[in-house]
Amino acid sequence: MEFDTSKILLREAVCEVLMELAKEDPSIVVLDADLMNASGLSRFAKEFPGRAFNCGIQESNMVGVAGGLSAMGYVPLVHSFAAFAARRTTDQVFLAGVYGHHNLKILGTDPGACGTSNGGSHMALEDIGIMRSMAGVTVVDFTDEAMVRSVLPQIMKTPGVCYIRLFRKTKRKVYPDGTQFTLGKAYTARNGKDVAILAEGAVMVPEALKAAALLEEQGISARVVDLFTIKPLDVQAVVKAAKETGAVLTAENHNIYNGLGSAVAEVLAEQGIGVPFARVGFQDTVGETADMDYIMKKFGLDYQTIAAKAKELVRLK
Amino acid sequence: MNQRTVMELKRFATQIRLESILSMGACGSGHVGGVLSAADLVAVLYGLEACYDPKDPHKEDRDRIVLSKGHCGPVLYAALALKGFFPKELLSTLNQNGTTLPSHCNMHDTPGIDMSTGSLGQGASLAAGIALGMRMKGLQDRYTYLILGDGECDEGQVWEMALFAAQQKQDNLIAFVDLNHQQLDGYTDDICGLGDLRQKFQDFGWWAVQIDGHDVEAIHQAIQDAKTHKGVPSVIVLDTVKGKGWSVTEGKPGVHHIPISKEQMEQARQELGAQIAALEEQLEGEELDGI
Repeated sequence: MEFDTSKILLREAVCEVLMELAKEDPSIVVLDADLMNASGLSRFAKEFPGRAFNCGIQESNMVGVAGGLSAMGYVPLVHSFAAFAARRTTDQVFLAGVYGHHNLKILGTDPGACGTSNGGSHMALEDIGIMRSMAGVTVVDFTDEAMVRSVLPQIMKTPGVCYIRLFRKTKRKVYPDGTQFTLGKAYTARNGKDVAILAEGAVMVPEALKAAALLEEQGISARVVDLFTIKPLDVQAVVKAAKETGAVLTAENHNIYNGLGSAVAEVLAEQGIGVPFARVGFQDTVGETADMDYIMKKFGLDYQTIAAKAKELVRLK
Repeated sequence: MNQRTVMELKRFATQIRLESILSMGACGSGHVGGVLSAADLVAVLYGLEACYDPKDPHKEDRDRIVLSKGHCGPVLYAALALKGFFPKELLSTLNQNGTTLPSHCNMHDTPGIDMSTGSLGQGASLAAGIALGMRMKGLQDRYTYLILGDGECDEGQVWEMALFAAQQKQDNLIAFVDLNHQQLDGYTDDICGLGDLRQKFQDFGWWAVQIDGHDVEAIHQAIQDAKTHKGVPSVIVLDTVKGKGWSVTEGKPGVHHIPISKEQMEQARQELGAQIAALEEQLEGEELDGI
């Protein structure tokens, strides 16, 4: 299965959507922390020079400035690598975002395994956990270009704090152009009846689909549900998948603690759904410098591991 | 500034001190030292400099005041009540269950509070963001006034903002540092020495001046001077005394956060009440002289 067939990188799709929105909505502004060339927002800055601010390498101040801009009626989107956009600015996101009821969009690029050559220091394996534990924060991980085009406008038009994870330098294409998604609603990427793989993001949704194809060869029908909105989680979709398939495997580009797997486990426990359940993700470890294939295999995020775990869950039913 | 205005501002500052002591006393304790050291600045801002409308606290065409040393909320609440943003009786509900006056400022609780603060250093960046937004909106002759504590300047975020504001040429941002020389655990020089704050800000590209932070006339003049410096943010370092203006606390160590007894509240009523009465007498004398 080939997923890298998009014509543009995901970061280019994000920038294009922001520029389209900014033409109509003068309140949209972007801020970056000396990573405008990495985020691709330099293009936005050229198009809207008075509405893009390169703050330098100071993520904490950047988030605070964004809070102040929000108080003046602007809709700021701030960018840094996920490691710094989330880990380094946690208290700022709280006070200058959540507590002040500000309208703040945080773009964290290259979460988890996407850190590759930047290595373990740059691998955010905690960002979903940090953000989803803060009151009212929406957490999204984009899967592909079609999703960016459909969901990013919804995010920018929804007041409040939203944390967006983005694999910036990928041409992942999972869904047909023009596919419509709804913020907060899961999307069934593949139907199946024996086990449900609940996955998030441009790294793990394609991997889950590859695993489902492998399982099919082995006579197992796996459903793949894209939980791109990690918070608020689509509780009904989780319940439906669990009840209809009888086995749930989560797949996340994140530590297994406090991420998608934890969020799904909370739903299953609260709903009293005692189906076989397991989590694929970083197993409470830090990352390291390597290429993507190596990282996926070493940390057990690859489709073979997903398929093996899914098969085991089916056996336990 | 004429002498009458000076006396009026002194009276306002003393009223702010008394009302904030009484509001903190009503809940038994408070950040008395830093509230009292900032009272003269707050009196100048709300008594003379700032553009605001108590009947329309969210009016877009107004100045913004960000109290980054957010634990000193009571000093703003006293000024806001005295200026009619809300009834003075509300001051005694400070920090009580269900209050709209939390000692750390919350813009959604209290009319007239322009920014939620409480995590030190963050108000600096929030103020810079407001100033940026004011400029983008074309609000001419409007300013963002940022009040920092000296202990707060331990925070790296203050200095991130200092670089940013200079880079953005934020001449609509006027910051104050309440240099009262003490932080929670003791004297700033003994904990994390700040050196020459005025010089530091100047080195960061700001127009910077240091003055007597209890001299209302000097504060007013420094603000006028700041407004003439275009293309750079301004900082006015206010040399102050922690706990200023109340014999129980003025110049004493360990007054960052203290209990206030009913007896001390009564003592404050007597002491500061007498000062207010004396200033009023002088003001009345002025009026008679004028006739």
